[in-house]
Amino acid sequence: MQRIGVFVCWCGSNIAATVDVEAVANALAMEPGVVISTNYQYMCSQAGQEMIQNAIREHKLTGIVVCSCSPRMHEATFRKTAQQAGLNPYMVEIANIREQCSWVHKDKLTGTEKAIILGRAAIAKVHLNAPLTAGQSPVTKRALVIGGGIAGIQTALDIADAGFEVDIVEKKPTIGGKMSQIDKTFPTLDCAACILTPKMVDVAQNEKIKIYSYSEVEAVKGFVGNFHVTIRKKARYVDETKCTGCGLCTEKCPQKKVPNEFNLGLDTRRAIYIPFAQAIPKVATIDADYCSMLKSGKCGVCSKVCTAGAIDYKQTDQLIEQEYGAIVVATGFNPISMDKFDEFAYSKSPDVVTSLEYERLMNAAGPTGGTLLRPSDKTHPHTIVFVQCVGSRCDSSEKGKSYCSKICCMYTAKHAMLTREKYPDTEVYVFYIDVRTPGKNFDEFYRRAVEDYDVHYVKGMVGKVTPENGKLKVQASDLLGGRQMHIDADMVVLAAAIEPDKSARPLATMLTASMDTNDFFTEAHPKLRPVESPTAGIFLSGACQGPKDIPETVAQAGAAASKVIGLLAKDNLTCNPCVAKSDEMMCNGCSACEKVCPYGAITYMDKEFRGPNRTTLIRRVASVNPAVCQGCGACTVACPSGAMDLQGFSNSQIMAEVDAICK
Amino acid sequence: MQVNETFTPTIVAFCCNWCSYAGADLSGTNRLNYPANVKIIRIPCSCRLNPMFILRAFQRGADGVILCGCHPGDCHYTTGNYYARRRMTLLFSMLDFLGIEKERTRVEWVSAAEGAKFAATMNEFVDTVTKLGKNKRLEDLRCAK
Repeated sequence: MQRIGVFVCWCGSNIAATVDVEAVANALAMEPGVVISTNYQYMCSQAGQEMIQNAIREHKLTGIVVCSCSPRMHEATFRKTAQQAGLNPYMVEIANIREQCSWVHKDKLTGTEKAIILGRAAIAKVHLNAPLTAGQSPVTKRALVIGGGIAGIQTALDIADAGFEVDIVEKKPTIGGKMSQIDKTFPTLDCAACILTPKMVDVAQNEKIKIYSYSEVEAVKGFVGNFHVTIRKKARYVDETKCTGCGLCTEKCPQKKVPNEFNLGLDTRRAIYIPFAQAIPKVATIDADYCSMLKSGKCGVCSKVCTAGAIDYKQTDQLIEQEYGAIVVATGFNPISMDKFDEFAYSKSPDVVTSLEYERLMNAAGPTGGTLLRPSDKTHPHTIVFVQCVGSRCDSSEKGKSYCSKICCMYTAKHAMLTREKYPDTEVYVFYIDVRTPGKNFDEFYRRAVEDYDVHYVKGMVGKVTPENGKLKVQASDLLGGRQMHIDADMVVLAAAIEPDKSARPLATMLTASMDTNDFFTEAHPKLRPVESPTAGIFLSGACQGPKDIPETVAQAGAAASKVIGLLAKDNLTCNPCVAKSDEMMCNGCSACEKVCPYGAITYMDKEFRGPNRTTLIRRVASVNPAVCQGCGACTVACPSGAMDLQGFSNSQIMAEVDAICK
Repeated sequence: MQVNETFTPTIVAFCCNWCSYAGADLSGTNRLNYPANVKIIRIPCSCRLNPMFILRAFQRGADGVILCGCHPGDCHYTTGNYYARRRMTLLFSMLDFLGIEKERTRVEWVSAAEGAKFAATMNEFVDTVTKLGKNKRLEDLRCAK
């Protein structure tokens, strides 16, 4: 018989307001095996933990039940408490009487009743707990960063700084991400390229960092400390080691009509291209969809002009296998498609652009060389209308996003201000629902746009944009003025909502990392563990976790890096001891468990058993590798003879809980 | 069927540790109410749910059993919820054959971000089971109080 201690927490008034903690402690004291049952204001406090430790020593407890908050919150805390007092940490069970009782029920009577039953279930379970010892698994001291934008760059630099090897996988031909497309950054208005490109060079020159550009993650296996990743290095038909990045091929290529994705299709590039002047690695890439040599075997101009002999039309995709200890997701964001917002005439008029396209039109390295010209007739626009929240804070989930994209208020203020500064003859209108500018020097920045630069901020939404005689007729409502507005604009700029990159969803499936309904990666705890995924060894950096601006992204990238460094600094990791175990006496070696195991943790061996009349029998039995088993329990249900059981969540333990609840 | 106004069913909810248990916690954190007769048992993954546990619950007097797991494709262990889905489909049709109404058993996918869905599901499930009344089909009276 176990000697069990029950500790009921008040959690201030969080539990005590809906649950009569005294009554719960008294009722649970009557349960078999319970030698002490008590309550305290804050069990997780120093005093509360000491109380538990003293009780363990004084009453020689062999198991404890803490009735408190969710085990997701403090299970680890109380396990450590028990361990310090000499009790095996896996002899601790938590009855969740806060999140799943006091917080969801209002009536004290029913709350108390339920808390008693939950306590009973935990006591019934702890009776069947067995001491478990955690094993160890080694850590591969190399990190993988998926995504080479500012988030990935900063994370990689910080990890490399601590002396660990880092690989960056970037699906585009160059690292740099969205920030490389931006002209100026708010609220300081410093040039994005000037602060980004030195970091890109740092990455390229850092001997600890290896860049896999034009590559994608193909498969991920393994677990924290021991990930096995397959990277597909797409054929770029140019030998990276030979190409000098001189750019001669990109000038001579006869295929000139390829939409330039770096400039969002506002101009064209050649079939062989280097995305932008500061690209890292500065290596040309052949676009197989447009190259006539690859399509029809006729041309070969680039290979003729290349003095380095780097062109290789026969290159194929390469699969690279690599081991990692930790993986950082930095897949970033994209503006949403404007297909469903036809009221703004985005598909009808080239003069209706998204903010990122406007960014390229303002950029000195952009399609117009930094002169603001209308895409339709290349004339200077005089009246420009900015529309905010296009697809953000949207009621209908089919059309847009329910969340605020966070960065649009600030970049729209930036665009308005820069436009007015460069072209004082322009009239600039901004239509907004709310202007949200929390952040250091953010509101001051917005007010400067209104007060010093005379940008017309109008509260209200644009209803319709109609292209007419080379102008854009904008019909909008001015909510504060209580009037309809009709503006003949030359350009309309849409602040499109941002969404996670499309590659995030399949990647999350590969990593078994969870996502929310908007496909942003979920963090392990929204407040206390914001850069970790609930899946151990997976970390989050940048906008893949939620909309954020550059300073926040860089801060989060550094935080993710420090978590990775903390992991890689360890030589061994403690494994989860709640793994499957096979009872060799009952196992008949049928292989049912092996077939359902997602980790390949189950193997078979021939074992000698004592047979009748002093004979020996050799039987095939299952054996679980505890370092590989993750403890899902799929095998325990598949086993027809009931030989497989999951430690910590055994058949008898769960049935004891069922019994206690149904009693 | 006569509906007893004061009847409160016993409901056992099996929740996977990674999605639904966290979803249940979230509905608590957001103070979204659901009836107190729902009692949650934490299991590492929906595939840990042995059909035996459900039979045991009905035998011991449970009136409804619900299994909550990660959405298909989002399983922490990659494939666990697919196993659970198949196993439960088989079990539920067998239970139906035994005379346990289909409405007394359910599988629902609740992610860690869906606290509201968890509470709504529980409210609705408790309503359904309350209307069905007490489960007498499998209950072993020797185990009753």
